Amino acid sequence: MLAFLQKCARFTRKILTNRWTKPVVFIGCLIPLAAEAAGWFAWLGQDLGGNPIEDLTHETGEWVLKFLMASLAVTPLRKLLRIPELIHYRRMLGLFAFFYTVVHLYTYVWMDKFFDLDAIFHDLAYHPYITIGTFSFVLLLPLVITSTRGWIIRLHGRWWRRLHRLVYAAVFLGVFHYYLVMRADESDVWMYAAIFGAIFLLRAYTVWRPPARA
Amino acid sequence: MFHSEGLKHSDVTPHSVYLTRRCALAALSALALPISRATAGQTTRFTSIAKPSLANVAKTSYGAGEALTPQSVVTGYNDFYEFGSAKDEPAQNAAKFVTSPWTITMDGEVSRPVTVDLDRVMKLAPLEERIYRHRCVEGWSMVVPWIGYSLSALLKQVQPTAKAKFVAFQTYFDAKKMPDAAALRFPYVEGLRLDEAMNPLTLLCVGLYGTPLPNQNGAPVRVIVPWKYGLKSIKSIVKITFQESMPATTWNTFNPVEYGFYSNVNPAIENYRWNQKDERRLGEFGKRPTQLFNGYIKEVASMYAGMDLKKNY
Repeated sequence: MLAFLQKCARFTRKILTNRWTKPVVFIGCLIPLAAEAAGWFAWLGQDLGGNPIEDLTHETGEWVLKFLMASLAVTPLRKLLRIPELIHYRRMLGLFAFFYTVVHLYTYVWMDKFFDLDAIFHDLAYHPYITIGTFSFVLLLPLVITSTRGWIIRLHGRWWRRLHRLVYAAVFLGVFHYYLVMRADESDVWMYAAIFGAIFLLRAYTVWRPPARA
Repeated sequence: MFHSEGLKHSDVTPHSVYLTRRCALAALSALALPISRATAGQTTRFTSIAKPSLANVAKTSYGAGEALTPQSVVTGYNDFYEFGSAKDEPAQNAAKFVTSPWTITMDGEVSRPVTVDLDRVMKLAPLEERIYRHRCVEGWSMVVPWIGYSLSALLKQVQPTAKAKFVAFQTYFDAKKMPDAAALRFPYVEGLRLDEAMNPLTLLCVGLYGTPLPNQNGAPVRVIVPWKYGLKSIKSIVKITFQESMPATTWNTFNPVEYGFYSNVNPAIENYRWNQKDERRLGEFGKRPTQLFNGYIKEVASMYAGMDLKKNY
């Protein structure tokens, strides 16, 4: 059994280091958007149901959480499974989370509010799910800006790592935003909360665990 | 102003192709990341059992000039939590639900309590087609050609006593036949004030678009209260009870702040989640302003004269 798992890990590492894997994953990350676009324009017999704009908003919102969870899972997984090469995919997953956040936000600003700033500020003030969701988006901004190699060097790695712990706050608020917007039924939100909780506890333990006694 | 060609596809997509969409999407999603929204239940779809059209339905002037929401949307985008909580689930999960025989029990503060068979209910008054606007608390709306007659015709049969101030309704529930029931406490219950229930606009509904009600729309018999949010228009009714006290209602019990007993459509009242100022008519890209009492001011406003609508939301 152990031998089999080791074999799997070796195989995975081999795939992850192949120069074609990253472009393929990149294209894979665009599939959810392509599926929505296919539904929107009725390509290939697809559709988005009775309320396409709602579907677009909900689906892109879900994908934000999926990509955020995937990017958060990279570090625990590479340590648990001893696949260090996973780290090469973290930034891409994180940036795709942001990409879907922008699409998600844009569907709201355009198709829900039609760029009516007064209405948007009203929502920000009176509707907590909008406030929380926007706050979560804002927290992602410094992380996106400092995602380049230059900024990692400028922040000396250590400060960069500290800054990027903001992602936990952003994801927490993102899940909370989902919780606030659900009606009564979305068991999915509890799935995201559970995955986030597990990753957070695992990371918190590795970062802050009591130093081993000499 | 912003009309998109893409929004009109639901009229033309062949049904057989439509049925495969979730599978295709699920397969695509699964390729990208393992956390896929697709669940086992979504891989199987059933078509509704075709029902013969209703005969002798008189046209009425209700809703003259309104553009109808396509039948495929009316019957494919439903909130019926007994058959699943996603909008496309009731159409699949209710397909095999058997609605015959069906009876409605009417009791409480009445002189003549009865259990009446659906066949009799259908013949109590001439059937009419009424085109009503239908506004959901979530901010979408439809225009539907319902078939039925004023609920008052049924309610009068049992002769409510002077003590009857409210009417409580109950939806059929059987966990065995509704294994996809989610998130709420069932059976679903709703209620109206007696004068609201007796208002000529309140429809006892048995059909739409010329056919008996599809299962996902609340077969075989439901109520339509067009000036209230859709959650008040209870489906698949098995029991009607007249009572002196205000009845408990499902969504109000679940979240009293958000869903009031009255739930009258009112753009001036927003809750912490939904802004009710405007709505999206399904199939349209732009939004339109929401009207007080969903535009049925002439018919219903007098019932609320002098009442604080903000307090009694």
